[in-house]
Amino acid sequence: MQLIECPWCGPREETEFSYGGQAHVPYPEQPGELSDEQWAHYVFYRDNPKGRFAERWNHNTGCRRWFNAIRDTATYRFERVYRLDDPQPSATELAGPRRSTS
Amino acid sequence: MSPRTPGADLPEHPDFLWRDPEPKRSYDVVVIGGGGHGLATAHYLAKDHGITNVAVLEKGWLGGGNMARNTTIIRSNYLWDESSAIYEHALQLWEGLEEDLGYPILFSQRGVLNLAHTLQDVRDSVRRVEANKLNGVDAEWLEPDEVRKVCPIVNTSTDIRYPVLGATYQPRAGIAKHDYVAWGFARRADEAGIDLIQDCEVTGFTTDGDRVTGVRTTRGDIAAGKVALCAAGHTSVLTDMLGIRVPVQSHPLQALVSELLEPVHPTVVMSNAVHVYVSQAHKGELVMGAGVDSYNGYGQRGAFHVIERQMAAAVELFPVFARAHLLRTWGGIVDTSPDASPIVGRTPYDNVYLNCGWGTGGFKATPGIGSALAHTIAHDEPHPHIAPFTLDRFVTGALVDEHGAAAVAH
Repeated sequence: MQLIECPWCGPREETEFSYGGQAHVPYPEQPGELSDEQWAHYVFYRDNPKGRFAERWNHNTGCRRWFNAIRDTATYRFERVYRLDDPQPSATELAGPRRSTS
Repeated sequence: MSPRTPGADLPEHPDFLWRDPEPKRSYDVVVIGGGGHGLATAHYLAKDHGITNVAVLEKGWLGGGNMARNTTIIRSNYLWDESSAIYEHALQLWEGLEEDLGYPILFSQRGVLNLAHTLQDVRDSVRRVEANKLNGVDAEWLEPDEVRKVCPIVNTSTDIRYPVLGATYQPRAGIAKHDYVAWGFARRADEAGIDLIQDCEVTGFTTDGDRVTGVRTTRGDIAAGKVALCAAGHTSVLTDMLGIRVPVQSHPLQALVSELLEPVHPTVVMSNAVHVYVSQAHKGELVMGAGVDSYNGYGQRGAFHVIERQMAAAVELFPVFARAHLLRTWGGIVDTSPDASPIVGRTPYDNVYLNCGWGTGGFKATPGIGSALAHTIAHDEPHPHIAPFTLDRFVTGALVDEHGAAAVAH
């Protein structure tokens, strides 16, 4: 078990959180114009990298709010947590010093 | 005094199992992944199709990934026709595998109970039993008193949180010794002249239009006539190199064993609702599987709270386990698919064959997928048993939803 930093509540135990999969997957802008193949990709396909991954988490037994995180899927280390309305940190930002998101 | 020493009846290992060759510059078929599926595919390429200019590339050591980490349960009681066909094909091969490999694999058909704890479980289970019977798979529905006869240590009292309302029973199901299975396949493939190359990680592919011409590895470039991807949890790492998208997500899946105990558990018991699956290995340790960790992960380890929850479920169902000590926990990486069914067959590259998405249940399929994938590679068209599991089912919508019969919720 590890501590996960909720952007609103601070570090809490992993059991307080639930996982929401890949972040930054927008709903199709023109759903009516999507082909079956494009729908398949929207519904079933998500990235599955070994390494850095932008993903959604929910602090479901705490403040019950969603947030995003950059986490390494090989080491499980959280590199950044950020609010849903924050943009995804770039690789350059991630290479810099860790900052608080609050 | 104990009437028998646990493990005393296990066979001795032979001194020699396989060569450790240098990779050649070129092979007719390169199989990526030296786990159960890769080794079985190599074996059946040689045995059924006479194709022996084959290399199996393994980034670690043979059979050291999920093949060494699974809970060794073998069964074929899946719901849909497509699934029961491939898993039953596998089970029938398991039944003759020791003879085929000339190697003891300790296949023990001790049966499997899948417990039902709610009215919905009961309905689903009875439906699955009837579907199994129609597909020629042995299956019975057992009431709680019959469950107790098959496995006396299951708590069938009505005062537990999730009482046992019955179970499906497949008598031909069982367990095998996973390491021996890997070694048996490896030895046979090696005898046929197939190169099993360990410590050889694929780092890229060379391509020419719609064809892959070879693989780049940590032990040099190797040209390939055909390539089969059997990398389980690491499949996405390979398909990302090829620019193919595959709808799998890799998760840590943990398992654990107790210390060695006298024989107390005669069968295999699985329960989706409280999430426990347990058998007793030949040496005497209780082998239990946990659920997947919810997040994507390639770390071959998971969180302890998952183990804790698993133990709580196990002790409720088997009060006799309460005094047993946990000896060891470990994790593997499972590639889960959206419909809990495998993704096997052709890819956008003419000569690359995909075998992934087995998720939490790949071990039981080992000989079945090995023979079907070898057939597919040899004939360049999907074997009938894997034809329903192609990548394009996510576009056509012809999913094979086995979330109910798969062991581990994900």
